[in-house]
Amino acid sequence: MRFFFVLFSLVLVAPAFALAGGDVKYPRQENWAFDGVLGKFDRPSIQRGLQVYREVCAACHGVKRVAFRSLTDVGFSEAEVKSLAAEYTVLDGPDDSGEMFDRPGRPSDRFPAPYPNEQAARAAQGGAYPLDLSLIVKARADGANYVYSLLTGYHDAPEGITVPQGMYYNPYFVGGLIAMAPPLKDGAVEYQDGTASTADQMARDVVNFLQWAAEPEMETRKRMGVRVMIFLLIMTGFFYVAKKRIWSKVE
Amino acid sequence: MSHDSSSPDSERRDFIILTAQAMGALGAAAVIWPFVNSMNPSADVLALSSTEVDISPIAPGQEIKVMWRGKPVFIRHRTPEDIAAAEAVSLTELRDPQTDAERVKKGKEQWLVMVGVCTHLGCIPLGNLAGDYRGWFCPCHGSHYDTAGRIRKGPAPTNLVVPPFEFLSDTKVKIG
Amino acid sequence: MAHAPKEQQPGVVGWLDYRLPIFGTLKGALVDYPVPKNLNYFWNFGSIAGVCLVIQILTGILLAMHYNPSVAGAFNSVEHIMRNVNYGWLLRYMHAVGASMFFIVVYIHMFRGLYYGSYKAPREVLWWLGVLILVLMMATAFMGYVLPWGQMSFWGATVITNLFSAFPLVGDPIVTWLWGGFAVDNPTLNRFFVLHYLLPFLIVGVVFLHLIALHAHGSNNPLGIDAKAPKDKIPFHPYYTVKDFFGFGLFFLVFAAFIFFAPNYLGHPDNYIEANPLVTPAHIVPEWYFLPFYAILRAFVFDIPFWALAALPFAYAGYLAQKINKAREFTLENLFGAMQWGRAKEAAGRVQSLLASLGAGGFLVLLGLIGFVIEAKLAGVLAMFGAIVVLLFLPWLDTSPVRSASFRPLYRWFFWLFALNAVALGFLGSMPAEGIYVVFALICTGIYFAFFLVVMPLLSRYEKPLQLPESISAAVLAH
Repeated sequence: MRFFFVLFSLVLVAPAFALAGGDVKYPRQENWAFDGVLGKFDRPSIQRGLQVYREVCAACHGVKRVAFRSLTDVGFSEAEVKSLAAEYTVLDGPDDSGEMFDRPGRPSDRFPAPYPNEQAARAAQGGAYPLDLSLIVKARADGANYVYSLLTGYHDAPEGITVPQGMYYNPYFVGGLIAMAPPLKDGAVEYQDGTASTADQMARDVVNFLQWAAEPEMETRKRMGVRVMIFLLIMTGFFYVAKKRIWSKVE
Repeated sequence: MSHDSSSPDSERRDFIILTAQAMGALGAAAVIWPFVNSMNPSADVLALSSTEVDISPIAPGQEIKVMWRGKPVFIRHRTPEDIAAAEAVSLTELRDPQTDAERVKKGKEQWLVMVGVCTHLGCIPLGNLAGDYRGWFCPCHGSHYDTAGRIRKGPAPTNLVVPPFEFLSDTKVKIG
Repeated sequence: MAHAPKEQQPGVVGWLDYRLPIFGTLKGALVDYPVPKNLNYFWNFGSIAGVCLVIQILTGILLAMHYNPSVAGAFNSVEHIMRNVNYGWLLRYMHAVGASMFFIVVYIHMFRGLYYGSYKAPREVLWWLGVLILVLMMATAFMGYVLPWGQMSFWGATVITNLFSAFPLVGDPIVTWLWGGFAVDNPTLNRFFVLHYLLPFLIVGVVFLHLIALHAHGSNNPLGIDAKAPKDKIPFHPYYTVKDFFGFGLFFLVFAAFIFFAPNYLGHPDNYIEANPLVTPAHIVPEWYFLPFYAILRAFVFDIPFWALAALPFAYAGYLAQKINKAREFTLENLFGAMQWGRAKEAAGRVQSLLASLGAGGFLVLLGLIGFVIEAKLAGVLAMFGAIVVLLFLPWLDTSPVRSASFRPLYRWFFWLFALNAVALGFLGSMPAEGIYVVFALICTGIYFAFFLVVMPLLSRYEKPLQLPESISAAVLAH
C-alpha cells in the first residue's frame, strides 16, 4: 500500500519537479521510522536532531511553532524541559513602567526565532531568507526525503554551470543554486548518547526532529487510525451480513 | 419489520442486525467524544494554568495583584496585627465559617493568597485595609472582607476564594 | 405535504404528532416510503452525500470555535488547532478530507444521473436543484480553501476573483466589490469566512427541496422504466436503511484511510507556507475537484471574433429552414401573418424566427468584421460557467424516451468517452497552460460541450434503443 502511495505521490509530484527548473532531482527515497501505517517516532533520534538543530541550524532558522512543553512528547522530563526553556531569553512586557524586558524562557513559551522578522533575517543573510522550519516537512512534496536529500546532496557543480559568489550548488534545490552553505560536516556536533555524528547521521536525526516538529500528532493519529479501521471493518461486515439477510426475502 | 421471530434463522438474523446497530451507536458515541472534548481548554491554555510569582519584593503590609487564569489574584504580606485580628474572630460570627489557619500555609501565615473576585457578582474588591474590617471592600454592592479575606458584611455569600498554591521556596510561590 | 393524523394516537409521540406531524411525516418519508426494488449501489451516493454535509457542518462549527479570520491570525490559528486544541488535528483533517469526499461522492451521484437518465421528466426540477447544490458547494469549497491563508489559499483567491474583471464595463467594480479593497486582503478573508459559514445552511435548505422533489415521483431505477406496480417497490425501511448503513460503512473506511494515513495527499504542500502577496508560487493549482473547470477556463488562449459566434444563429436558422422547407411554410402570409398580436400561428412563428436568426447572424458577422471580439479571458470565464449552465438544459438536450443507458448502446459509448474526457480535463487542469497541454485542453473542452450540445440531441433522434422490459418485476424475475 505504501509503495502505491509513494508511486502515486511521485506521479503527482513529478511534474512539479520537472517544470520547476529543469534539473531538480527527485528526493532520495529513504526508510523512516515514521513511514507507513504503523509509523512511530524514533525518540532518541529526535532528541539528537534537536541537539543538531540547536547547535547548527538555530543560528539562522527558527521553529517558532514548537512550544518547549511539547518536548515531553519526545522523551524529555518536565525538569529537563524547564531547564532547556530557561536557557533561552524571551521578550516579555510591558512591565509596570511600560518597558519591554527579557526573561528566561518557560515551558509554556515557544522557541524564539533567531531574527525578529523576515526583513532583519534577509539583511543579515545577504538577501536570502532562512525559512522557519516548523512546517518545512509538510510544506514540501515528499518533505522528509526532500530535506534529507538537500542536506546531504551538496556537491561540485557539473560542467557548464557557474556558481556565483555566496551561492552553492545543490541538485535537490529548485534552480540548483542555494544560498545556504552545506550545514552538516562530520563531527560538527558531539552527541550526548555517544552516537557517531557523521553528516549523514545528523541529517537523519534532524529530519526525524523536523518531521515531529511539523506533525507532533502523527503517532497518535496512526494508532487511532488502526483502531478505527479495524472497528469499521468489523462494523461494515456486520452491516453487510445484515443487509444480505434482510434482502434475502425480496423477490 | 415482518418476520417470524421463532426460527433459529431469524434469531441469528436479529443478532446480526442488533450487533450492527450496537456497533453503529458505539461508533457514533466514540466520534462525539473528540468533538465535545475539543471545546475543553486546549494545551496552550492548560500550560498557562499555573503561574510562579516572586514574592521577595513584597514588604509587610504590602499587597500585589497578579493575573492567574485570566483573573486577578491578591498576594498580601500580612502584618502581625492583621494575623492577630483574623485569628481573634469566632467562627459563629462568620457567614462562611473558616479559621484563619485554613486559609494560609502553616509556618507562612503572613502570606495571604486569594482570587481577587468578589463572590457576590464578580467585581474586583479594593484592598489595602479597605472597609469596616480593615481588609477588602467591594465598591459594587458593599461587601466587606476581613484581614483573612472572609466575608463579614454585605451581600457576598462566601469568602474570597483561596486558589491552590504552594511555596517553591521562601521567595517563590506557585499558584495553580 | 405534512398532514396531521385524523385521530390522535396514544402516547407522548401521538400527542406531539397530532399537533406537529413531524413523526408521521418522517415515517412516511423514511420508513413506509416505497422505493423500486432493483436499485443498485450507485443509488447509495445520495445518502452518503447527506452524511458528508452533516460531517462538514459539525466539524466546521467546532473548527470555527478556534479559528481566527484575520490576515495576521488565520494561519497561526489553524496551527493552533492542529497542535493545541484537543483532537484539533482530527477535526481539521476530517474537514479538509471531508470536502474532497463530498465532491467525489457528489460527482459519482451526478454521473449516475447522467447514465440512468435521472434528469428526464418528471425529474427535471430535481436535477436543477442538484445543480444548484453543486454550485453552492463549489462556492463554499472555494471560500473555505482561502481560510487557512496559505500560499495556495491566497493566490487561488486572487486568480479566481480576478476572473470577474473579464466582464466588460462592470468587471473591475465587481472585483473591487468582492475584495472589499484593491487586492485580496483582510476584508476579503473576513467576508469569505462569514459566507463559508452561511452557505452550508443554504445547501441544507436546497437539499430538503431536492428530497421533496424526489419524493414527488420517487426514485428512478437502473432500468429507467417507471415502477408502477406495487410489487415493483419495497418499503424504504428496512431494505434501504440497512443498505445505506452498509454503504456508510464502506464510505467511512475510505474516509478514515485518508484522514489517518494520508491526510495531506489530496492537498497541496504550498498551503503549509504562509500567504505572501509578494511571492507567487511556481504553479497555482486549485483543489482537485476544480481541476476540470480550471482546464476549461484556461483552454481559451485566443480571442473569439464575433463572426465565429454567428455560427449559432446560423445553425438554428438552418434547422428551421429544413423544417419550413419540408412543410412548405415559406409563404408571404406567414411572413407577415403574425405581425398582429395574438394571431401568430406556429408556422408563421417559425418563418419569423428564421428571419430573426438570419438577421442576428448577419449582425454578428458585421460586428466581427469591424473587429469586435470576445477576449480570451472572458471566453474562458464564459466557457467555465457555461460548463455548469449546460447541465440545466439536459432534459431538453436529451429527449430520448429511453432513460437508462442500459438500453442505449450508442449513448453508453459516448457516456464513457465523456467520463474519460472529464478525467483528462482534470489532469490537464493540474498542468501548466503551455504547449501541448493547451491544445489538448481545447480538444477536451470541445468534447465536453459536444457531448451535451451535439451528441445528445443527435442520439435522441437517431439512436435505436434496445427493447425495454415489461416491468421491473418481470426484468428481475428474468435473471
